[in-house]
Amino acid sequence: MLRSRLIQAANAAQRTFSTTPRALAAKQMTVRDGLNSALDDELARDDRVFLLGEEVAQYDGAYKISRGLWKKYGDKRIIDTPITEMGFAGIAVGAAMAGLRPVCEFMTFNFSMQAIDHIINSAAKTFYMSAGAVNVPIVFRGPNGAASGVAAQHSQCFAAWYAHCPGLKVVSPYDTEDARGLLKSAIRDPDPVVVLENELMYGTAFPIDDKVTDPDFLVPIGKAKIMRPGKDITFVAHSKAVETCLLAAAELAKKGIEAEVINLRSIRPLDMATIFASVRKTHHLVTVENGWPQHGVGAEICARIMEDQTFFELDAPVWRCCGVDVPMPYAKTLEAHALPRVNDLTEAALKVLGGKAGKAVAAAK
Amino acid sequence: MQRATARVIEPAINQLGQLLQRLQMHTAVEQPCPRPSPVEDAAEEERSLDAEDLRVLHLAAPFKLHRLEHGPDTLVVLKLEQAKRYYRQLLALRRLEAAAAQLYKERQVRGFCHLYTGQEACAVGLCAALREQDNLIGGYRIHGYAYLMGVSAVGVLAELTGKCSGCARGKGGSMHMYAPHFYGGNGIVGAQVPLGAGIALASKYRNEDAVCFALYGDGAANQGQIFECFNMAQLWQLPLVFVCENNHYGMGTSIWRSTSNTSNYKRGDELPGIWVDGQDVLAVRSAAQFAIDHARRHGPLVLELCTYRYAGHSMSDPGTNYRKREEVQRVRRSQDAVERFGTLCQQQALLSKSEMLAIEQEVRDEVQQATKVAIGDAELPLYHLWSDVYASSLLNKIRGISEHNLRHDVT
Repeated sequence: MLRSRLIQAANAAQRTFSTTPRALAAKQMTVRDGLNSALDDELARDDRVFLLGEEVAQYDGAYKISRGLWKKYGDKRIIDTPITEMGFAGIAVGAAMAGLRPVCEFMTFNFSMQAIDHIINSAAKTFYMSAGAVNVPIVFRGPNGAASGVAAQHSQCFAAWYAHCPGLKVVSPYDTEDARGLLKSAIRDPDPVVVLENELMYGTAFPIDDKVTDPDFLVPIGKAKIMRPGKDITFVAHSKAVETCLLAAAELAKKGIEAEVINLRSIRPLDMATIFASVRKTHHLVTVENGWPQHGVGAEICARIMEDQTFFELDAPVWRCCGVDVPMPYAKTLEAHALPRVNDLTEAALKVLGGKAGKAVAAAK
Repeated sequence: MQRATARVIEPAINQLGQLLQRLQMHTAVEQPCPRPSPVEDAAEEERSLDAEDLRVLHLAAPFKLHRLEHGPDTLVVLKLEQAKRYYRQLLALRRLEAAAAQLYKERQVRGFCHLYTGQEACAVGLCAALREQDNLIGGYRIHGYAYLMGVSAVGVLAELTGKCSGCARGKGGSMHMYAPHFYGGNGIVGAQVPLGAGIALASKYRNEDAVCFALYGDGAANQGQIFECFNMAQLWQLPLVFVCENNHYGMGTSIWRSTSNTSNYKRGDELPGIWVDGQDVLAVRSAAQFAIDHARRHGPLVLELCTYRYAGHSMSDPGTNYRKREEVQRVRRSQDAVERFGTLCQQQALLSKSEMLAIEQEVRDEVQQATKVAIGDAELPLYHLWSDVYASSLLNKIRGISEHNLRHDVT
């Protein structure tokens, strides 16, 4: 019930962004279908690709990402595993070392902690340790970040965890185009790629271009996307937080403040060039993420800006909006306040803009 | 000497087996009677065999079986060429580890260094059974396996000293050596077993007739992920052989202090298991041949190779706090793998004393030469610090100590 309400809300939110006639006319696709069609394309394209994980086959996926694939590709390509993350993640890595292209689904990334040794020690480090002799072309994917009403053990963002590790590539799609294009790129990549999806976005439909449904459509790993151009301040975010940024930008626009919204798409490598270019234009930056603050994605972006000439382009300190530094509570109101909301972002933006915000507001009036 | 084809004498095998049961252990038999083993190709089976060049032997210790009606052959064939090869390999492994220990003492080897000394019959026996297409993955005590899987003595020793000519060019070290069909050692105790299961899954997926041997020790045998793999390997009928090299000590904790069921070959639940005298090359080979055949036709099984390490767990462990010196000496005296095999070859008149000395000299020269290279060779140029992080690097810059300024390369 709650989930369907959330999806409705997200859909409604999405409609508010789709203001151009072209976008309104465009084809719609849910993030779930984007992921499903990406898997379907790549399974069809390359015999070495197979999907394994809990409930991915006969159950059609715990979140229905693999719906229909078992019927189409059978037991060999779509493999239901027992509930044994460490074991099946290791098996997937071994199969990748031996030349297959496994897609290892974690029912949620919270359970990947059971298998994190194989993601980091077995997958990420082997190419280096073998001096380039053994590569590990594997995808670890599944829903990441806070879902809704599932409490502390099931609500957590792993972007900073995995992005910390050399040897891994980490992507985190926001919309359908991202989800489809990034997953396809991840499957074709010769290195281990962690794909951090978001359960709350699975049911959200986004308008897509015709090119997105092309079997060879790819979103390059390591490139961010400007979702909304603006000249006054930059928001940089990934996954569901991009939605919060777009809503905040819409609010700020009412005050005459033009916020640029960057969808990171990739967490490792980080597309700093796009962030730097935006900051050179807006001179103000707010980072937004649903993960915890300490050593987080925002913290890394701040550090990278300080180490670059772009630092001198800033007219005010960079500000971070992150999940509150606590385990996720269960109760609805507490949970809602544990993650950055639209007004947190607008307030942060106004604070960063300082006097300039006042001028912009006055100009708008 | 009488000549006979394998085909002609095959019906006599059972009779001969019974006869041999009554004979002394390790008795040579005049009649050649090789049961075609999985490693023998058809051409070899057809070829006439000269009885002078082979012995049919009865293994010293019986196998113990778990969930198996019939176990590996206890009647084994040892050809002259094999005798030479195994003896040479046993010696090479021992020499390599002696050289590794010496290099460590000279501070040429850094960090971890886990010696295999004492357990050589396990590696030589297993690798003797492997077919060209079979795969192997091991734990952290793998110098010997790397050598037997095709890494040269230089490749092993120079990897230990961290030099260019090391098999991972000095980037892996003691526990991270690789070769075709050898998916390395692994520094995380037990982690290699799921990887091995994945390698077996890949073979099955591609309909290849290849078996994977996943090695672990009695210490790792308590890791949960191994039990996870027992389950999945059996469920999916993977061509996988779990090989527990039981040297009776996980670091300094004896198996009796760490493990409630010390019969590792019985711990695979539904999986069949075989206890093997791991100090006997021919027993290990016979068990491994049986395991390959079983894994191909009936799915996974567990081999427990009963063995012993003479050295400590690693170079920082004298290996005497948790066990008595007498215990080590007793095994060395009565169960030493190299001694046992050497004596057998002499008794069976397969190798003369002078031939054995010649092999020893050859091995000594090989290892000595390799040691020189391992010391004298250079380390990789500095830019390799940031090469081969990714097979396909996307931004092409890696962060250095204080700047994002290193150009990533794949070599």
